[in-house]
Amino acid sequence: MADARMPTPAPGSVAVPTARPGLADGVHRFFDSDVWFSFKRSPITIGAAAVTLLYFVMAVFGPWIAPHDPFDLAKLDLLDSLIPPAWMADGEARFPLGTDDQGRDLLSAIIYGSRVSLVIGFASVLLSMVIGIGLGLISGFVGGAIDAFIMRMAEIQLSFPAILVALLINGVIIGYFKTHPEWQVDQVTLAYVVLVLSIGLSNWVQYARTVRGSTLVERNKEYVQAAHVIGIHPAMIMWRHILPNVMGPVLVIATIQLALAVITEATLSFLGVGVPPTEPSLGTLIRVGNDYLFSGEWWVTIFPGAALAILVLAVNLLGDWLRDALNPKLR
Amino acid sequence: MSEAAVIKSPSTEGRFGHAMLKVEGLRRYFDVSAPWLNRVIGRQPRQILKAVDGIDFEIARGETFGLVGESGCGKSTVARLIVGLHGPTDGSITLEGRNIAGLTRRQMAPMRRRLQMIFQDPYASLNPRWRVRDIIAEPIRAFDLVSGDQAIATRVGELLTFVGLNPLDGEKFPHEFSGGQRQRISIARALASEPEFLVCDEPTSALDVSVQAQILNLMKDLQRELGLTYLFISHNLAVVYHISDRVGVMYLGKLVEVAPSKTLFTTPRHPYTRMLLDTIPDLDMTGRERMPVAGEVPNPITPPPGCSFHPRCPFANDRCRVEAPKALPVSGGATVACHGVEEGRVPSGPILAPPPKPDGVASVHG
Repeated sequence: MADARMPTPAPGSVAVPTARPGLADGVHRFFDSDVWFSFKRSPITIGAAAVTLLYFVMAVFGPWIAPHDPFDLAKLDLLDSLIPPAWMADGEARFPLGTDDQGRDLLSAIIYGSRVSLVIGFASVLLSMVIGIGLGLISGFVGGAIDAFIMRMAEIQLSFPAILVALLINGVIIGYFKTHPEWQVDQVTLAYVVLVLSIGLSNWVQYARTVRGSTLVERNKEYVQAAHVIGIHPAMIMWRHILPNVMGPVLVIATIQLALAVITEATLSFLGVGVPPTEPSLGTLIRVGNDYLFSGEWWVTIFPGAALAILVLAVNLLGDWLRDALNPKLR
Repeated sequence: MSEAAVIKSPSTEGRFGHAMLKVEGLRRYFDVSAPWLNRVIGRQPRQILKAVDGIDFEIARGETFGLVGESGCGKSTVARLIVGLHGPTDGSITLEGRNIAGLTRRQMAPMRRRLQMIFQDPYASLNPRWRVRDIIAEPIRAFDLVSGDQAIATRVGELLTFVGLNPLDGEKFPHEFSGGQRQRISIARALASEPEFLVCDEPTSALDVSVQAQILNLMKDLQRELGLTYLFISHNLAVVYHISDRVGVMYLGKLVEVAPSKTLFTTPRHPYTRMLLDTIPDLDMTGRERMPVAGEVPNPITPPPGCSFHPRCPFANDRCRVEAPKALPVSGGATVACHGVEEGRVPSGPILAPPPKPDGVASVHG
């Protein structure tokens, strides 16, 4: 009789609220779960996952895969500049996708550029996740004036376009490092740090609002009150009881935000405030190629652009699927 | 934080020892006003909900005190006040001679181990991401009762066996259990800190009837073996009768009648208690007229003046509408807050014939 009240998942599966992957024991049950089942049944998702995986392999093993090292300025030859793709009349076999205006092999530049884009994307998503989850938890758990303050901050930030906020933070940080030469950072590291900080700091709001909403729900559940009755410190209750229970939606946002962070990085680089031209990301490559679009050298901008579009599309498709797979109402 | 002296109460001396828990003049008001700006613009007054409005009772060591009442009468708030989830607006809660009302988390720490709670919803009271062994070990670790992972695991196994589960169940997650089993886990967690006093907030109301009996019997067995004291809150009169030694009936944040369980169920005094008892379905009483549950619980934000039960009471007169009744002792060890009982207007004894229903009382059969 009592078992009738239990959530009754299909045989061989586990109820989803307890089967979100990623945290304590999730991995154990992942391959037995509805999430894995819905993954197997969706060819689009499998395709998106394969493409994403390909990009990751490219990013990690870039130096071993790429035919050239586009970051090594000594090996570049300006005589090789703007060679069309290999299958065209003037193409050369050693540059399968042609070269850009500096004589860099575009295929290698895209492989290295995806690496830059993914590193910055991941780092900034991580940063905004940490900030957003932290502030969201505090906001929802503590409530009152602190909650009101954090949420008003979030709303103010939300009323500006993220790219504008990123540009502002970018300018402030660059200005800070220029007036504080004692930090001794080289150009490239600085560009990375600035990008991660500006993208990370402009995207925390999403996480904070989502986590706050879930925290408000979890905070009043009886297991949290049981922990209060035992006398567990509120910070520990937040960390050990509430956080694992609000992580599901956060994972979904993180996936979608990864694509957004890559685009933001590309946009900032396109606008010329991103990574320096010596170590181009996908965005930098697109910007450089943009100058040659009307003079007929389309490949310089089209190939990095396609690479970016495919990466973002694949990650977004994965995010969409994850959102649906974790939503018990849609199953 | 006044250190109240140990007050021995004559009323609970005797069958049970001295008062373990003493609640005096306990009040808890909630501010349910609209936000400040809305209030100023809309010229609305502050709205105060008097969830618990001055109640007194004592629970002796080893006793089970039942608290009954309709939804929203404040019984769960009493439970939360006692375990310290809410701070009281006024009044004192004395556990073993120490006032624990409104203590901070740190001040409360030494008392917490002795005072645990069993919750209503077994589906919400266990963290879905924790293994059962971690859930039960949490109080053990928090109070540092047993040291060493091996010793803790042994203790968790003991506790699981104690509540009728298998020690191997500790490896599982809460969703792998039925409602009754989860409530057993909940009880095991409450027992893990070796408490003396358990606050049970409707521990069986989310369970099937057959499982309710199992959990109640388990709780009775535990009380016998461990000498526990219970505050048992429920809206189910049959359950309360089954488990309680004494019963308090709450109405709109106030205790209207406190009596030994037998007395309360055989000779209810307060009209509200009688109305509640008449709602218990009983095969023997088919065909006989009952005192219908008339009216609805008034809004606790604007409780009626005088006796808060008077709009629903068939015996109410002008005094009831103006003057709030005081709790006065009556025969049989009961305490009743009712002008009618005090004046002898309300007939005592078992209800065999329905009391006359005067005109003018709106009766909503519910």
